[in-house]
Amino acid sequence: MAKYLLLKHYRGAPAPVNNVPMDRWTPDEISAHMQYMNDFAARLEKTGEFVDGQALAPEGTWVRYDGEGKPPVTDGPFAETKDLIAGWMVIDVDTYERAVELAGELSAAPGAGGRPIHEWLELRPFMGEHHPTVTE
Amino acid sequence: MDEAPTDKAPTNKAPMDEALIRSLTPSVLTVLVRRGADFAAAEDAVQEALVEAVRGWADDPPRDPKGWLVTVAWRRFLDAARADTARRRREDRVEEEPAPGPAPDVDDTLQLYFLCAHPSLTPSSAVALTLRAVGGLTTRQIARAYLVPEATMAQRISRAKRTVSGVRFDRPGDVATVLRVLYLVFNEGYSGDVDLAAEAIRLTRQLAASVDHPEVAGLLALMLLHHARRAARTAPDGSLVPLAEQDRGRWDTASIAEGVAILQAALARDRLGEFQAQAAIAALHADAPTAAETDWVQIVEWYDELARLTGSPVVRLNRAVAVGEADGPRAGLAALAGLDEALPRYAAVAAYLHERDGDLDRAARLYAEAARKATDLAERDHLTRRAARLNSRRREDR
Repeated sequence: MAKYLLLKHYRGAPAPVNNVPMDRWTPDEISAHMQYMNDFAARLEKTGEFVDGQALAPEGTWVRYDGEGKPPVTDGPFAETKDLIAGWMVIDVDTYERAVELAGELSAAPGAGGRPIHEWLELRPFMGEHHPTVTE
Repeated sequence: MDEAPTDKAPTNKAPMDEALIRSLTPSVLTVLVRRGADFAAAEDAVQEALVEAVRGWADDPPRDPKGWLVTVAWRRFLDAARADTARRRREDRVEEEPAPGPAPDVDDTLQLYFLCAHPSLTPSSAVALTLRAVGGLTTRQIARAYLVPEATMAQRISRAKRTVSGVRFDRPGDVATVLRVLYLVFNEGYSGDVDLAAEAIRLTRQLAASVDHPEVAGLLALMLLHHARRAARTAPDGSLVPLAEQDRGRWDTASIAEGVAILQAALARDRLGEFQAQAAIAALHADAPTAAETDWVQIVEWYDELARLTGSPVVRLNRAVAVGEADGPRAGLAALAGLDEALPRYAAVAAYLHERDGDLDRAARLYAEAARKATDLAERDHLTRRAARLNSRRREDR
């Protein structure tokens, strides 16, 4: 088994095919989208491949240490041009192929006009645990 | 698979009510503390006794549940004290004490509430400690309810116990700090396998039985009135249903009646506080057979009281909604003047008032802005839908 992080971007990903902001969809199209997302997560729980997932608020701040006795320096909220993560899902699957297949399904979530969004999702493998073997 | 299903034989015995067992937690814990056990060790011992009770009572419930829990918890406490060589001297003292008799009826439940909400604790620590030491929930249940790893919650609780280890158990505390902690628990709502809202109601009810205070009654009334609407507050698909669109037939009338009665008794004592005023607003909503029959004029008056009591800009923001209903959207928008636009939900309130005023273009833009600023998913989805609905309507109008 290998864990993968699926990242959804507010900004910074290539533009999706069906690129209409959600507040321009009809209420029914929004419901269909939500249903698709819920069903997707529920199905992965059933197959034993779902680990965790969270949505993030569309704001954030850069922070860094600024030396002894000083408060950290902050920069933000993020400028419009910066990459911005909207949410993540961790899956635990047998193969890279399976991870790609699932990411493809998630990207097919319906959007405006009930047509798939074709959203670009970022797929990142976790660094594995070190497993010593008898032949090391 | 050719294995036979391994269904357990059905049992006729009703499962032991876990909440009933847990309701004995504070009185058992205070007995141990009064016998000389330190709070942290006593609390661990009571937890072990509770776990045994939940496991064992289904088959063989004792006649005197509290006495049983005291005996078992005391035994666990002694076992732990013996096992811990660093506690050698305390053990000697403990062992010299007479064998425990029946548990006394007086209990210091109120003192336990004060200790767990002690001002030296952070809100998250006070919440965790209250749920464990007063509520009798396990660390695992609390961790799941707050979506953190169990080890993290265990650390939070043991640090909280260390923080209050020097606090005298017999000093009165401030009821207001306890109410704030219970209010936090209530607002967490429902996640994991523990219903925190119901748990907060149970704990507030128990507190109301230990102390005579109009604001404790006010908070209990507020919780009951708010909780009564829970089933109507979400649609089957999980989306939020705003108050005006809720099916009032699904409100819990028993809970409303109890909340109103408690509130009326508290208000009669003429010591108004923040929670009583909030409960009064909730009661006025509960009282309206339809959204259109809501007594908004009285609600505005209660918001005025609440603003006077708290000085909170959030209260003034909510008041603007009520003013909009009582005197029309223009008046509501006028009531928004002077409030900081960075307030949480400011954009949502402004959107609603502009929608009522017929400025759909502006309302849709504000709903979309409010959705971007929302801090939870259900609210974000709800606000996005409002924006989408207005945008669709505008497209059709064209």
